[in-house]
Amino acid sequence: MGRLKTIARRTFLIGSAAVVGGVAFGVYTVRKPHENPLTAGAGEAVLTPYVKITADGITLITPRADSGQGVYHVQAALIAEELDVDLDQIKADPGPPSPAYWNTALAAEAAEFMVPAAGMMQDMAEGAVNSVMKVMGLQITGGSTTVPDQFEKLRLAGASARETIKTLVAEREGVAVTDLTTASGNVILPDGQKIPYTSLAADLADAEVVQDVPLRDPSEWRYLGKPMQRIDMLAKSTGTQEYGIDASVDGMVHATVLMNPAQGGGMADYDASEALAMRGVKAVVPITGGLGIVADNTWRAFRAAQAINVTWEDPSFPLEQADHWAALEVAFTPDAQDSQKRNDGDVDAALSDDEVLTAEYRAPYLAHAPLEPVNAIVRVDDDRAEVWTGTQIPRFIQANVSRITGIPADNVTVHVLMMGGSFGHRLEDEVVKQATEIAMQMKGTPVKLTLSREEDMIHDFPRQIAMARMRGKVANGQVEALDLGIAMPSVVASQLSRQNQSAPGPDSQIVAGAWEQPFAIPHQRVTGYRAQPLAPISSWRSVGASTNGFFFNAALDELIEAAGSDPLEERLRLCSDPLARQALEAVAEMSDWSGIGGMANGSRTGRGVALTKSFGVHCAQVIEVTDTDAGLRIDNVWVAAEVGRVVDPVNFENLVQGGVIYGLGHAMNSEITYAGGVAEQSNFDMNPGMRLHQCPNIFVRGLENGDRVLGIGEPPVPPAAPALAGAIWAVTGTRLREMPFNKTVRFV
Amino acid sequence: MQLRINGTLHEVDVEEDMPLLWVLRDELGLTGTKFGCGIAQCGACTVHLDGVAVRSCQTWASDAEGAEIITIEGLGTPDLLHAVQEAWLTEQVAQCGFCQSGQMMQAAALLSENPQPTDQDIDDAMSGNLCRCGTYPRIRAAVKRAAAAMQEG
Repeated sequence: MGRLKTIARRTFLIGSAAVVGGVAFGVYTVRKPHENPLTAGAGEAVLTPYVKITADGITLITPRADSGQGVYHVQAALIAEELDVDLDQIKADPGPPSPAYWNTALAAEAAEFMVPAAGMMQDMAEGAVNSVMKVMGLQITGGSTTVPDQFEKLRLAGASARETIKTLVAEREGVAVTDLTTASGNVILPDGQKIPYTSLAADLADAEVVQDVPLRDPSEWRYLGKPMQRIDMLAKSTGTQEYGIDASVDGMVHATVLMNPAQGGGMADYDASEALAMRGVKAVVPITGGLGIVADNTWRAFRAAQAINVTWEDPSFPLEQADHWAALEVAFTPDAQDSQKRNDGDVDAALSDDEVLTAEYRAPYLAHAPLEPVNAIVRVDDDRAEVWTGTQIPRFIQANVSRITGIPADNVTVHVLMMGGSFGHRLEDEVVKQATEIAMQMKGTPVKLTLSREEDMIHDFPRQIAMARMRGKVANGQVEALDLGIAMPSVVASQLSRQNQSAPGPDSQIVAGAWEQPFAIPHQRVTGYRAQPLAPISSWRSVGASTNGFFFNAALDELIEAAGSDPLEERLRLCSDPLARQALEAVAEMSDWSGIGGMANGSRTGRGVALTKSFGVHCAQVIEVTDTDAGLRIDNVWVAAEVGRVVDPVNFENLVQGGVIYGLGHAMNSEITYAGGVAEQSNFDMNPGMRLHQCPNIFVRGLENGDRVLGIGEPPVPPAAPALAGAIWAVTGTRLREMPFNKTVRFV
Repeated sequence: MQLRINGTLHEVDVEEDMPLLWVLRDELGLTGTKFGCGIAQCGACTVHLDGVAVRSCQTWASDAEGAEIITIEGLGTPDLLHAVQEAWLTEQVAQCGFCQSGQMMQAAALLSENPQPTDQDIDDAMSGNLCRCGTYPRIRAAVKRAAAAMQEG
């Protein structure tokens, strides 16, 4: 038995030990050694518990974290579809951090940055990373991977549990398994008698788990693919949903932090005497890079923090924004080349004459800024610690709390709570580290740490800053050549460094959303350049594609204009992937496309189009803008996204609309800039995103032509900004090459 | 001081200038009202003061004395939904849901003042409430659904 299995077994036993007289079902995944030698350590089986049945009820374990994307619901529905329970009969629980819940779908994304050897077969690369990720136990929510990763696993867990229950009843009642049916949490005997699953809990604890159960054909599905009411919707429609920030533990104190406003800089000196004299203030304690302020009420802690005088030290990155841009400007060199994943035709020859078009594009740092400020409750005792927080990375939290406190990871309990948004923000765990350092200085007392909006926003490890340079050529009304260079610091390296991990080899996110686009431009090259590390950065909804989708489409638009072609027609002509073509055709049909309109056609209304393939999803958008006397108004957006299968049409539409709005709002009016090493935007007055009065109609179509089931959290974001830029060009004649666009144009 | 919240009188010992938000959340455990920005830019903390929607992060506790304070807990409950909550549930508005207490309080105040709002009225009333997940299309639909339901009585 391999080590992994040992760990998984122990987790299982801990899980079921807590269930007195009940059972936790999992699913055995058999991995034959010859198929993947790199997972030999895993050996025969990994037990991953997803279904718990007790006399009191049925709990489905939904280990991917919910930050609003509805994955508790989707995961529960996947299990329920095979288990035959109703969604109002079950509880969903994110479960404990456990290697049993590792995310294999993320490995496909991770493979490219974690495996340096060029030319290595992709499946080999994924195998290697799967192995690494198992060891690390990457129970991560991210990369739009929940549905791809869990689509089969969770249905298998449900099916396995169902057949085990039926087998037990068949033996007990002396009937054939095939004569039994199941519905709404009951086994139904041939005579119609119903036996609730919950009544079998005690007997099931000893039952042999039935494996290798075939999955139902989609035509038999009751939930999947049909509109469902999300299991969290009633709570979220009544203010009764409890988020991390609402959590409460007996005897807890309220805390906030005052950190060096320049990310990562140290603290030279401080005077907290005034704060300590304020009502309700219990303590001011030094922590790494700042101070923890402990009080009996969050507001009293906030107010006390404002009364402390601190002398801060400078951060390690350039203090002024202009120097950040300068670092990107000098990164377009062979020495800084990180990857060249595409080099079709003969780009150098095609661009050797004077007829070359050039342009430069910029995308700023951006805060994630979910509406719930980050928070955590931590209690540290002598030999154990307990954490309550909303997070996408429970395993890292467990490891970090263990490292900071010296308490073995097995004695660190992490309770994963509902998140009020994330967009990648909760792939970081600084707030837990801070709360742990405070809690260590008041052992036995639970410390609830809540950041003010300002502390949260200026310390939000932002989206990468990025720049692109395009050279291109057109001939005979067609795009002939595109040479796109993209420079940015490595977001993966920055992010992993905070987890004491390194990422050898190229960072595929530097070119993600640009190099793999489905357009057969005859001479086409995409080169990634790794700029020096600047401000610490982190994954922001759609990561590299959030900047590169804009760069690629904006560059393509300029070439298409030069060729005198229609941006949608020329994209269709160049399109090299049938799934992408169907997405473009869908938005053409939905929007009744008949050209860009706008100034050239005597109209104040115009249109733009973009398509970005990201996270495997082809997402096309047409955006319509009117140039009104009050400013530019976005009227309509038509979106088509190819995801293989739409698991829940209602949640799908909501997520696509939200992704479009997230992409548009930030492109319109948001950025983080640095002055004196400090982020200049600290709250929503300076960094608003989109507000309701600016919101267009958004028409959504999910396409199901592909054979892979894909996630939709991120792919709607990248094409939104370039489609908007195209529409603005149509109505104003202004080419927008830098985000946010409100530096150049005015919106209503 | 004494505060009347959702019909119940509460005695609290707080500074005059403690924002009502933090009295509700940390002193009384009424956590349905959310903290998002602290500067009246997001609307997550919206409550009713004598029927008017206000940002509780910018309302001193002492200014709420003597007023009828209604929070999301007092608007309706899972067992007895307000028409606005019913509409939010039917339209499946929420994603993360963190802003939605404030959105619903703002919408309820709008509809009590203006039972048949135009699209422009809805935009004007609701644009101070930020939703970072981007549920705006569903918020608009839910406000209209609630207005229609309230018309029918």
